[in-house]
Amino acid sequence: MALLGHGLLALALAVALYGAGASIAAARIAATDGPRGAAWQRSGRRAAYALAALLTASFLLLEVLFVRTDLRFEVVADHSSATTPLLYRIAAPWSSQEGSLLLWAWFLSLWTALILWRLGRRMSDVVPWAQAVLLALAGAFLAMLTFLTPPFTTLDQVPIAGVGLSPLLQYPSMMIHPPMLYGGYTLFAVPFAFAVGALIAGRVGAEWIQATRRFALGAWLLLGIGLVLGARWSYAELGWGGYWGWDAVENAGLMPWVLGTAFLHSVMIQEKRGMLRTWNVSLILGVGVLCVLGTFIVRSGVLSSIHAFGASTLGIPFLLLLVVMAGGSIALVTWRRDVLRSEHRIDSLLSREAFFLAGNVVLVALVVVILWGTFFPLIGELITGQQRPLETVWWGRFVGPLALIVTLLMGLGPLAAWRRTTGAHAWRQVRGPLAVVVVAVVAAGILGGLARVDVAIAVVAGGFVLGAVGQELQRGARARRGASGEPLPLALVRQVARNRRRYGGYLVHAGIAVLVIAVAASSGFKEQRRIHAEVGDRFSVGGYDLRYEKAIGDWETSRDGGSEQLRKIILGARVGVYRDGRRIETIEPTREYYPSTDTSLGPVSRFFLGEAATEVALDTGATRDLWVAMAPDGDALAAVLTAIDKRLEKTEAPFANSAQAAVNVAAFYRARPSAITFQVIVAPGVTWIWIGSLLALLGGLLAIWPAADAQTRRVRAGYRARVVRDLGRAPAGD
Amino acid sequence: MSRTLRLTFAISAAVVLAGVLLYTSFAGSAEARQPSELREAKAGVDYRLTGVVVPGTVKRQGEKLLFHVRDRKGQASVPVSYSGQVPDPFREGREVIVTVRQGPEGKGGAFTGKPDSLVTKCPSKFDDGSESAATKTS
Repeated sequence: MALLGHGLLALALAVALYGAGASIAAARIAATDGPRGAAWQRSGRRAAYALAALLTASFLLLEVLFVRTDLRFEVVADHSSATTPLLYRIAAPWSSQEGSLLLWAWFLSLWTALILWRLGRRMSDVVPWAQAVLLALAGAFLAMLTFLTPPFTTLDQVPIAGVGLSPLLQYPSMMIHPPMLYGGYTLFAVPFAFAVGALIAGRVGAEWIQATRRFALGAWLLLGIGLVLGARWSYAELGWGGYWGWDAVENAGLMPWVLGTAFLHSVMIQEKRGMLRTWNVSLILGVGVLCVLGTFIVRSGVLSSIHAFGASTLGIPFLLLLVVMAGGSIALVTWRRDVLRSEHRIDSLLSREAFFLAGNVVLVALVVVILWGTFFPLIGELITGQQRPLETVWWGRFVGPLALIVTLLMGLGPLAAWRRTTGAHAWRQVRGPLAVVVVAVVAAGILGGLARVDVAIAVVAGGFVLGAVGQELQRGARARRGASGEPLPLALVRQVARNRRRYGGYLVHAGIAVLVIAVAASSGFKEQRRIHAEVGDRFSVGGYDLRYEKAIGDWETSRDGGSEQLRKIILGARVGVYRDGRRIETIEPTREYYPSTDTSLGPVSRFFLGEAATEVALDTGATRDLWVAMAPDGDALAAVLTAIDKRLEKTEAPFANSAQAAVNVAAFYRARPSAITFQVIVAPGVTWIWIGSLLALLGGLLAIWPAADAQTRRVRAGYRARVVRDLGRAPAGD
Repeated sequence: MSRTLRLTFAISAAVVLAGVLLYTSFAGSAEARQPSELREAKAGVDYRLTGVVVPGTVKRQGEKLLFHVRDRKGQASVPVSYSGQVPDPFREGREVIVTVRQGPEGKGGAFTGKPDSLVTKCPSKFDDGSESAATKTS
């Protein structure tokens, strides 16, 4: 198996490098010898297909090793165990460095094969260069996998049990969070590569944008899903009650998503008016670099300390890759600055393109701020010699205002006409959304939501966006009803179905508006308390009365081969929740303790001093969430564990019955519980964060979903793009 | 607007933004110190203490969590008394960052942690293979 794995990866590396070389040869020869160039191109393309097949086989092989818990392999022993449930064993490969890099390369190979298959013989001047970039990028990852962090390394001595998947990662959304992020990163590599190809070939019209639009949208969608799942995991599993902590790992995924959002908007201006070519290629090249930077941040150790970077295996190779990508991008844009220059300028500041561009500039500023904040500990260390981690409040100072400006521009942009908006037209467009703002402000005032300025501004900006989206939907449906005579609901559905990109975008705007209001409200009006309580104690937080009624002491076992193994100990509390004197429900926050393989911790203590995970009790509602976490008094528990450890250590086989003793401790805790520290948070509007996110992602899905007459439209769009390129202006019509 | 004017405007805006970011970042961050660097800590000043939780020192007293933090590479350690959210990955032997200031006992006494400032290394980051279960062959 190890030989097979190593062989597959070595072959994949050779194929990727050959394919990249063949593609470059195709591009260079095609100008002088067409048939020979085409032959090289075909060979490069076949290499891309072969690469996808080889990496599919490699990843499936790794999955088989994890599913079978083959502890001969280091990666399995370090990240899984026989007691890890099957679904988490399937997800465990991407919790490892090796497995996640292989997943990255596999996804990239799949998208490469897909775009090449879709394009066929089209864009024959751009495709060979793009193909070379994609295969070279896959080659870089495969080189790291082959020489620096091979996934199929075997162990000298096979351990009795695996370390297991970190319990914090044993959460349903964490199974799909990493593949979503990697899917997003790698999908963005496709428009990145085609932008490079277009620049080298000097074909900088809108064709490369249209050819890769779905890949860019898909990347945006997958990254968005990954970010939301990560936020949800953080909120429901990490035991601190927040959904975003500005951790470098979170920021790594957010930056390409934000810059990708800017790209998806600004390409519309190039498609419509042939403008912003330099801006668009710069944005997507930036997105490509940020995707690799994100991967670099997680793996290089650079943000722990500048010194940790040197010790990391992957830091230097990733840095080299980044330098090549960023340096090459800057050189290409500079080289092609003449052909990139647009003949047209923005006619008026009151035009759709001006609002789009303003939104773009703010989104880029947002990325600059996040990039700066992420790397500031390092910048501070370089300047002062001491690391300087940023306080959380710093982020809110910049990100909050910029996000609110983007939200407002998101409402204004779709209302403005292309080229120029007259005063009368502007008033006709904004009066409807302004009426919605008035209603939203009154509603927020009644709910007490205007007590904070930031929340009030979020309500105004978000309300305006919702009003603008509602108005566009209503006008579109009415216009269709006028033309077709269909009933209004049917006209609305058909109008949306025929213009999926446009209305999908509006749905994204509506979702983001809801999200912005919900984030402002939940962070602005959050109430939290920490309470030390004994059984029978009562306490109140944010209008809820809680009573600690009973202790929970439980355990779970799982089968390891033929024997039953203790998987975790569960200590918790049963809490009655009351509102206005009426009991509304019972919740059970718990803390789960997973056994450690480190026997030096003590026969029984090792069942409590390994990894632990908080299981939060959540009562979600349309208006507010009640979030409760608990931690037992460690001293009281430690005294019991130490006493039992001492007693067992005096016996001949201290570990023989230690699992039973741990179970007895749980039963003892249930009967004679120690005090508990509860962390209680009551926050309004959290549910709407997930609803807004879902709306936005559904909008993205709608925009990406191919229409029934997609082929006809694609041909028409290609024709339009050529007209734009040749005439340098937008043709009449849609 | 001429190209030169636009370029000047863009560069000026970038310089101003960089200046604002630099100023607010230094104002909005505390120097990270390892325990050995906290011997000369001044009273009333916040420090971002970074290091490793010393095994066998974690104790909970009511709502307070008591533990010692030592240098990443070294033995110097300081006691910390902390109240607030404790991240799940917090364990003996793990790297932590916590904002502290000199406690009421003064020099030699426990540092007081700022509530909710305790950060532990995220479990989704990747290790460099140093915690491998056994030795490699190929």
